[in-house]
Amino acid sequence: MNRTAIIVRLSPWLFTIGLLIVWEASVHIFKIPVFFLPPPTAVAQAFVEFAGPLARNSWITLETTLIGFALAVGFGLLLGLLVGWSRTIYAGLYPLMIGFNAIPKVAVVPILVLWFGIGFIPAVLTAFLISFFPIVVNVATGLATIEPELEDVLKALGASKLDIMRKVGIPRTLPYFFGSLKVAITLAFVGSVISESVASNYGIGNLMLQAQAQFQVPLIFAGLVVLAIEGIAMYAVMAILERRMTGWAQRSGFAQS
Amino acid sequence: MSAFVALDNVTHAYGGAGGTLAVDGLSIAVEAGEFAAVVGPSGCGKSTLMKLATGLQFPRTGAVTVAGAAVNAPVKIAGMAFQAPTLLPWRTTAENLLLPLEIVQPYRGQMRRRKAEFRERAERLLASVGLAGQGAKFPWELSGGMQQRASLCRALIHEPQLLMLDEPFAALDAFTREELWCVIRDLHAARKITVILVTHDLREAVFLADRVFVMSARPGRVVAEKRIELPRPRDLEVTFIPQFQDIVHELRGHIIKARQ
Repeated sequence: MNRTAIIVRLSPWLFTIGLLIVWEASVHIFKIPVFFLPPPTAVAQAFVEFAGPLARNSWITLETTLIGFALAVGFGLLLGLLVGWSRTIYAGLYPLMIGFNAIPKVAVVPILVLWFGIGFIPAVLTAFLISFFPIVVNVATGLATIEPELEDVLKALGASKLDIMRKVGIPRTLPYFFGSLKVAITLAFVGSVISESVASNYGIGNLMLQAQAQFQVPLIFAGLVVLAIEGIAMYAVMAILERRMTGWAQRSGFAQS
Repeated sequence: MSAFVALDNVTHAYGGAGGTLAVDGLSIAVEAGEFAAVVGPSGCGKSTLMKLATGLQFPRTGAVTVAGAAVNAPVKIAGMAFQAPTLLPWRTTAENLLLPLEIVQPYRGQMRRRKAEFRERAERLLASVGLAGQGAKFPWELSGGMQQRASLCRALIHEPQLLMLDEPFAALDAFTREELWCVIRDLHAARKITVILVTHDLREAVFLADRVFVMSARPGRVVAEKRIELPRPRDLEVTFIPQFQDIVHELRGHIIKARQ
């Protein structure tokens, strides 16, 4: 490995450490009070002090997010295939979906609470509602962009619509689908944390709200850091999955250069 | 003997009742085993001709018959290749060749049982177009010319009686194109298959075809027909003899008239 390669490998760590140092130094130089912006050392202290609650609640948030995300994957895939299958369904559902997607999901939480009470279920559903849309759009796009010539080749042989879907449509949609999972998992975290902050007694969202009420600002930041770590970890899982499943679609050297 | 592919006074338009006519009063008859080339100015409805003859579209008026039967569904005995190779990037080249066999009967039902045999057939076919041993590669690991050869193989794997080619060499460089002319020439000679080639390239049409049809500008119909009497087998050298040049020149005159 040459010098540049080593630096590229290390750069995520170097940048992160750099950010922490600038942060810590700024707090001390400008004498920013801890209750306004705690330095990284104070956040680290909060991690040690509240290790138990942080671990418990971050696990709950992760669980909530993943269940909501799993629902979104199943439902999004199904709806995407349906929308890609038929022009009529596409024309009928698209405006509805766009309208639905435009609604801020935090505005839906009160309704979910009304129906299901506060806690776990509204959080799962919010994560689901906020994350299924990109999956639907991407799956439908994959199906809509089948080359017409290829369709002709198969149709002239007597292929049914289902044949074309199975042999061409679904495989060619997979890169779009796995690409959308990276967006969807991140959104799912947004959904579950929103709902936890507004209407739950558990989860990182709720923990942060309580910390705010008690003015434990370092703990709020510790909550943020936990969310960031969980978000990065899940994104990485999706990216690995994408590469494993659809390596044929990622042969371009463009992103590597 | 009646024609293998016949379009009789066919009119067709896209996009509902008010749509502009793509072809109007188009008649063309291709004998079994014949190599027919269709040339014409761009937008003259050559691709519509392809769709009509394979049963992907049905004419407004007039009749289309293929192999003695009126066409009212996809014909299933045709293989098709286009300007773009349209190979599936997630399948190896050999697996791409198997695709038509997974669709068309009776192969479809025998796929599991005869898989090994079909694979061997695919490899033999690849070898016959100069792609021996390339079956395990993915299409994107092949050059453009090699992809187009594979695409031809895919059109032939189910042993169709009719081969429809829509400008299959248009995107290739001149030398690769001439190489592929010879590939097609040899496939036609070996299999006695009926070929309809749609092309812009007059030299290509004259070199390969038994008969060349010239179509008018849109709405398209056949305005001239030329039997190519050059003896077979034809060598690429034939493209440089005066007789060849004269035919190309004559056809070019028809096209220029058709464009006006």
